[in-house]
Order: sequence, then structure tokens, then C-alpha cells
Amino acid sequence: MPDPATPCGADNRKEILVRVKGLKKHFPILRGLIWQRQVGAVKAVDDVSFDIRRGETLGVVGESGCGKSTTGRAILQLQRPSAGKIFLGDQELTALGEPELRKLRPRMQMIFQDSYDSLNPRQSVGQIIAEPMVIHGDQNRTLSRQHMRNRVAELLDLVGLNPNHISRFSHEFSGGQRQRINIARALSLNPEFIVCDEPISALDVSIQAQVVNLFKDLQRRLGLTYLFIAHDLSMVQHISDRVAVMYLGRIMELADRDELFDAPLHPYTQCLMSAVPIPDPKKERNRRRITLTGEVPSPAHPPRGCVFHTRCPLAEDICSDKTPAYREILPDHFAACHFADDKGGSRIQEP
Amino acid sequence: MPETSADATGLLVDETPDRTFRQSLVYVGRLFWRDKTGLVGLIMFLMVVFSAIFAPWIAPYDPLQQDLRAAKTPPAWTEKGSFDHPLGTDNLGRDILSRIIYGSRVSLTVGFFGVLIACSLGLTIGLISGYVGGRTDNIIMGGVNLILSLPYLVFVVFIAAILGRSLLIVILIFAFTDIPIFVRITRGEVLRIRESGFVEAALSIGAKRRRIIFRHILPNLIGPLITIATFEMSAMIFYEAGLGFLGLSVPPSVPSWGNMLAVGRKYLTIYPWIATIPGLAIVFTGLAMNLLGDWLRDVIDPRLRRVKK
Amino acid sequence: MSTILSVRDLTLRFHTFDGVVHALNGISFDVQAGETLAIVGESGSGKSVTMMSLLHLLPMPPARIARGEALFYTNGTPTDLLKMSRADMHRVRGAQIGYIFQDALSALNPVMTVGRQIGESLVMHLGMDAETARKRAIDLLDDVGIPGARARYRNYPHQFSGGMRQRAMIAIAIACNPRMVIADEPTTALDVTVQAQIVELAKRIQRERGMTVVWITHDLGVVAGIADRVLVMYAGCPVEIAPVDDLYDHPQHPYTRGLLSALPRLDDRSRRDLASIQGAPPDMMASPRHCQFAWRCPYVFDRCWKAVPPYYPAGKGHATQCFYDLENGRPRTDA
Repeated sequence: MPDPATPCGADNRKEILVRVKGLKKHFPILRGLIWQRQVGAVKAVDDVSFDIRRGETLGVVGESGCGKSTTGRAILQLQRPSAGKIFLGDQELTALGEPELRKLRPRMQMIFQDSYDSLNPRQSVGQIIAEPMVIHGDQNRTLSRQHMRNRVAELLDLVGLNPNHISRFSHEFSGGQRQRINIARALSLNPEFIVCDEPISALDVSIQAQVVNLFKDLQRRLGLTYLFIAHDLSMVQHISDRVAVMYLGRIMELADRDELFDAPLHPYTQCLMSAVPIPDPKKERNRRRITLTGEVPSPAHPPRGCVFHTRCPLAEDICSDKTPAYREILPDHFAACHFADDKGGSRIQEP
Repeated sequence: MPETSADATGLLVDETPDRTFRQSLVYVGRLFWRDKTGLVGLIMFLMVVFSAIFAPWIAPYDPLQQDLRAAKTPPAWTEKGSFDHPLGTDNLGRDILSRIIYGSRVSLTVGFFGVLIACSLGLTIGLISGYVGGRTDNIIMGGVNLILSLPYLVFVVFIAAILGRSLLIVILIFAFTDIPIFVRITRGEVLRIRESGFVEAALSIGAKRRRIIFRHILPNLIGPLITIATFEMSAMIFYEAGLGFLGLSVPPSVPSWGNMLAVGRKYLTIYPWIATIPGLAIVFTGLAMNLLGDWLRDVIDPRLRRVKK
Repeated sequence: MSTILSVRDLTLRFHTFDGVVHALNGISFDVQAGETLAIVGESGSGKSVTMMSLLHLLPMPPARIARGEALFYTNGTPTDLLKMSRADMHRVRGAQIGYIFQDALSALNPVMTVGRQIGESLVMHLGMDAETARKRAIDLLDDVGIPGARARYRNYPHQFSGGMRQRAMIAIAIACNPRMVIADEPTTALDVTVQAQIVELAKRIQRERGMTVVWITHDLGVVAGIADRVLVMYAGCPVEIAPVDDLYDHPQHPYTRGLLSALPRLDDRSRRDLASIQGAPPDMMASPRHCQFAWRCPYVFDRCWKAVPPYYPAGKGHATQCFYDLENGRPRTDA
């Protein structure tokens, strides 16, 4: 039974858990076989700043190559950022070395898109879920085998798997079940913060709903904070409290979910929303679409000025000259567009 | 009827119990049964292993015992043959069946220890090369290419000329020249596995390098390496016979299939069985190992085993 | 409207190492000339296999057609696609029926220019000479919205972006003006803004050329925008077929209903949990003896475990394979 709707983004949750300041991640492009030299850089993430509040779900949405996955990995220091600072609570993750980071890992976890690839095929489910406890057990106290077994069974039960299947291997499970194993592993050390990198996009529709409901249920029960990365706008809209829209390594717009979807400020957000099909034939027939021309440019050669200007219906000369500042246009509503203001200056007229 | 029931959160809980150890054995047995070629390969291979281990008990004669009066006796199924020597005798009247049985010892010893040494060294070097990468990797791969570019036969003749002919030297030469194959396979697999999601997942839960190598990379290397080892072992058995035929392997006094071929060559037109029968033994063993290797390749990966497409 | 394709009782199995996979279990449906029929289902439901088997695109073995027929009508004369010889099928494929694959990159030949790949089928099926074919191919590239078609004609597939490759695939599929085009998840691998472009393109082409389109997808959002009628498949069975409005307004099969309520919608701001369908699709190693959805169905009753349900009419042009009458909330009584 679906629980009665509970507002996840209640107003009193203002404590900031994760702070990202000026995050950049550039991958060098190298030429030459023996004497390698750098001829350029793929700016996967370019100057991104945002906060994540304790207990909320921040959705990150964007098309392929927008840097949403890289952002998630850079926050967890799985890929060290090229520039910028990242804080978890009052700890600056970017200033820590590997050993100190390792001690902090239990507080922050990640769930990957490919549920198959992220489980070692040679480990049983019990070994997979217990591994974080084995690694971090000796820091606090050495966990007994029995204790660990009980904890694994408890976790399996928590994510809706049969605790008796502790000695099975991942290939004996379906896609949705494997993603539950991933979730159980991430939960085993009671993390505060979880980066979910497209955790449901590889799953079938009927299974997606189960896993999303599980995410929401776990958040309610364990008070988790999520960074939920996805390309499916409808799903991000459904699960998030606040949403960031990314394009070519930058945040175009970030706002409270309802505000973002009801009154988007950035033209890209408007175009993206307009492109998403709605499963209702009557609405689809009467919809006026803002069709974007062309495709996302290569992040190795992003356009000058505003990165979106090559496809933007509102683009003018200034857009190709000057990069618009990412600024707070309305309270808690950020956008990076020259025309964005509180009077609807960046609103695209319906065709 | 369905073996599932719905629990409170709207999930179906699979109630089928876990497989026990005995059921797993039955399952492996069934894998063999379904792919009969693998089973045939296994049986053939076990026959060779059996004859190598129990040679003194199953061989009817001493393989070195000469009996010139019975020399060049044809096999039992021909007109002049007799069941005293079921596969006939060679030019010195030595019993071919007994020599074949003893010869399997040489072949398997060379194959097994050659591969064992090559594989363990290749695995270690490949792991370092793939995991450490960078300059270390470049140097190792340079060395590997150097070994590969050695003119192998000349090298063997050279070594045999200096050190003389002995089983140990044959094994060491084969092991040395086979290291590159295992280095390459290991390195390639390490590079692949290192990029896989579960290694990233292990990093994200704070696993150290040692844990990643021994718990995550190494267990996933065993499958492909066992498969390659099977093929390499069969190749070594062929090479050993080839060297024996050229008179470069174990001393002529030792009964080996290669030496038997070398002896039989002179009599090929008049007494063809002297060379043909050891030839068949080589083919038999090679076929067995290749069938087994093919089957292992399909079965050893737990992911491939269950593909339902 | 006339029927262009009539599939009856199509049953197909894969004979694999692990046993027999019952991929299609008695599929029957018609396609009307000029319409867009969407085939919807999750992975493994058999939606692609159905159409691929009709054009002999499946490797046989392991695939084997156990029974059934697929009549393709040309001027009112039916020919059974499943019984066609290899040579006859070559004449139908591309010329009469075009196929758009999901993965354009692997469906296009990497060492041949895009233009020549389009021209190839013109030369082969319509007997055009090389120069006419080249001109026609450039026109086609232009028509599917590739800017600078004349220059692009000489490009290789890897020089195209994902969306442009899919446009080139469409150009190949429609090159010979086939009467029917099968689009097999053509937008699944694309970004949502590019998907919108491709959907618009497909709609325009169909309108202009009056083609019949069979659109295979798992995305109920795309279906709502493009289809006239929808066939919903589940575990190799056609569970429901209906006109698009009727299907979304009054789904008559518990699976369809479950799917529709499991979808988050951009126009729905409520915080309700999605209504998920419990469990997972069944193992298809056993021949179905009862409704394949019974394990997961909230309305299941004893009859569902005893027989495979036949099609029951459920409104105009609407049929469903379910023993339970969802509209009236009670089991059906057979007349």
C-alpha cells in the first residue's frame, strides 16, 4: 500500500549537509605516443556550485554529456576534482588524503546505474553486503561473524529480498533485485548521504516504480539525503525536493521542484520539459512543443559565451559573447541566463 | 504452482531455497551432460592422466625392454599381429603400448609444469603491469614483446646445444617462452576489471589496494586463465612432440611420444604403425584438451552460464 | 481501411543451451493500411522478436517458428511472410517493408558512406542507375532533416551524431517508399530533446507519404503521442489491443493498468508513491499453461491458473486477454 503522501522537503530542514563550491573536473586530451602533450581538455564539469540539505533529495537532470555523473563521482572523491571545494558537514573532502577519506566513506555512499557490473560476480550476496563492514569493522570494534550475518539478513529484509538467499550469487537475481543488493550494500554502514547515479534507468517500467518507492521509503525511515542523478525528467520530478538542470558541464537552473517545473526560468529547462512525452494521448495531441534544433555540442569544444546559445530560441548577440552568471534570481531559485529575471524575461513564447 | 508469495511492501519474495553443495555438484554434472563434447573431452583427458599416473601398473612391458626377435611386430588387428603386443613393437622390439603409456608421463609433465610456471609468473607480472600501469607497464610490455620476437626454434636448439637434453630444460624453455601469453591475457583482463563497476563500488566503500587486487581482481582472473592454460597445455604437448621428433627434447632413452615419432620416421613406408600410433596419441591428447578448454570457456563464467537469450 | 498485415497465432521458440525459451505464445493482430500501430512491452516481452521474425531477421536456429502465419497484403492478395523463400524475402525487405533499428551505429555499415548505403537499396530494389540513386539519396537526406545533405552524403556513419544516424536510418528505411515501416525502439538510445525531433520527423513522413508504421517501444509516453492503436505485450503474449485513447482511458488488462499507474508524470505534482506492479516477469522456459501475468496480478482468481485467456472484446476495436472484467469489477462469464 502506498503511504499517505508525506512532504519530504518540509521547511524546517535547512541544515546543509553537502556543499559544492566551484567544482571543476577537466579531463585532459592527450596527443602523441611517447611524448604526450595536452592539446585540450574535456570540461566535463565546469564551475558548479550548490548545496544539499540534510534529509532532502536533490535531483540532477540533463542530457548525455552534461556532466551529471561526473559531478556525483567528484563529490564522493571517486574522481578527484580539478578545482573547487566539497564539504560533507564541516569536513572539506577535497583537502583530505586517501586514508582520511577512507575513514569518511561510511558516511557517503554511491549506487550505480549498472546493477550487474557493480556487483562482483565471484562474491555471494552475503559477502557483497558485508564487505563495507569487513573493511570498516576494525575501526570501531571487530564485528563478529554472527553479528555481521544478522546485519546482512536485516539489510536484505530492509530492501525487500529474502534473507535466506545470503549465499546466492548476483547472476541468480533479476535486474531489479540486483539493484536492491546494491542498495543494501550502500546502507550497511548507515550512511547519511547517498549519490544515486541513474539507479533505475536500466530497469523496466514496472520494476522502476518498485525501486523508486523503495528509495522513498528508505529515506523516510532512515532520514537519508540523496543526490539523485537521472536523465528521465518525469522520474526526477517525482522523487526530488529540489532539482538542478545541467547542460554541458554547467548548472543552468536550480530550484525547488514545484517552482522549477511550474515556472522555469531558464530556456533550456523549458525546452527540456516540452520535449518530455506525457503518457496521455489527448494531452499529447494538444501540446505545443518547443522543438530544439540540433544536438548537444561536444564538451571538448563547448560554445563560447552561454553554452546553450547554439540551440536557444531566445539567443541574442550577448549570449555568444558573455557567459551568463549563475545567480539567485528569486529566493532559492538560481539560473544562468542573461534574460532571466523575476518578470518572466526568459520565458519562451509558446509556438 | 507458483513458489512465490507477496509480502507487505508489495514485493514478491522468492521462496525457493538456496542450492546445497550436493545440488551444486549435480548442477555441474548436468552442465557436462548437456554439452556432450565437454564430457567427451574430460573422459579422454582423464584417460591420459590415468595412464600417466598408473603407468607401471597398467603397462604390460618395461618400455625400455628390447626383444629383437619380436621386433617390428604389427598391431594385433593386422594379419601378422598378436595380442602379446596389442599395438605392435618398434624396430628394437620394444612394446609400443607400454611406450605410449609411459610417454604420456613426459607429455603431461612438460605440459603441466610448463603451464604452471608460465601461468604463475605471467599472472604476477601481468597483474603488476595492468594495475600499476604507466612506466612499469611500458617496460614490462617491452620485455614481453622482446621474448615474443625471439626466434623460438633457434633459441631451443641453442639452449639444447649448451645445456644438453633434459626434461627440466624443456620445461623451463617452454615456461619461459609462454610467459608473454599469460602476461598479455592477465594485463588485458586487469585493465578491463579495473574499470568495472564493482571495483569502483569497492573504492567507494573504502577498500584498499590490496583488497581490490586479491578480492576483486584476482578471483575474476581465474576463469579466463584456466581456459587459456588448458589450450596452452595442449600446445606445449604438441611442441614437446615436435622437439622430440627433431631430436631436441628429452634424451632418446626416455620413452616419449616425440622420440617415438623420430624413430618411426625411418620406417614410415614399411612399418607405418611405429610412427602412426604415437601420432594418434598426440592427436588424442590434443583433442581432449581442446574440447575441454572450449567447454570451460563457455561454462566457467558464472554470467555466461545463465544467459537466457 | 484495408488490412495490410494480418498475424495469426504466431508462436516462436528459442532452442538454447539452457532449454526452450517460449518467446512468443500465439500472437494475433492486424495492421491497417495507413495507421500507426504501437507495440508496447518490457524487455523480454517479445515486442521486437515479433516483427523481426516476420522479416526473417532472427537467426534460425536458435529461433524456430512453431506455428502461425503472417499474411502481408499486396493489392488484396495475401502472401505469408513466414513461408517466403530467402530470395522473395529479399525483395520484400527494404522495398515493401522498411526496418529502423534501435542501434543505428551498429546497423549502419561503418566502412561505407551514408549516402551510398541509402543509394544501395535504390539500385537494388528500384533498379536505378548510380547517378539517379545519388540524387535521390541526397534528396532523402535532406528530407529527413540532415543539414548540408550534399556534403553529408560523403560522410561515414561515425562522422554523424546519434540523432543524425537515426535520421539516416530512417532515410534508408523509406528510400524505396515501402508501404510499411517497422520502427524498432528508434528513440530509446537518444536524448529526450533529440527523441522529440525524431518523433516529429516520423510523424511528418508518415503523414506525407501515407505509410503504415509499426512502432515498437517500451515508452508509454512516446506511444501516447504517435500511435493510433496500441498492442500491449507481456511475456510473449498479446495481453491487450486497443485504440490509443481507449487504452489510456480504460485499460482493460491489469498489466496495462499497472503500467500506466507505475509511470511518474511530468504534469503530476503530487507526492503519492507510484503504484508498482509487484514481482518480476516470469521465467519463459516453461510453455504457458495459464495467464502469464497471474503471478503478479492483483485480480487473480482460480480460473487464471487453469487456462490461457483468449481475446475478449472490450469495446470498439478493443480486446484483452483477461478472465477478469476490470470495467465491471467481476470475473467474466463466457457467453
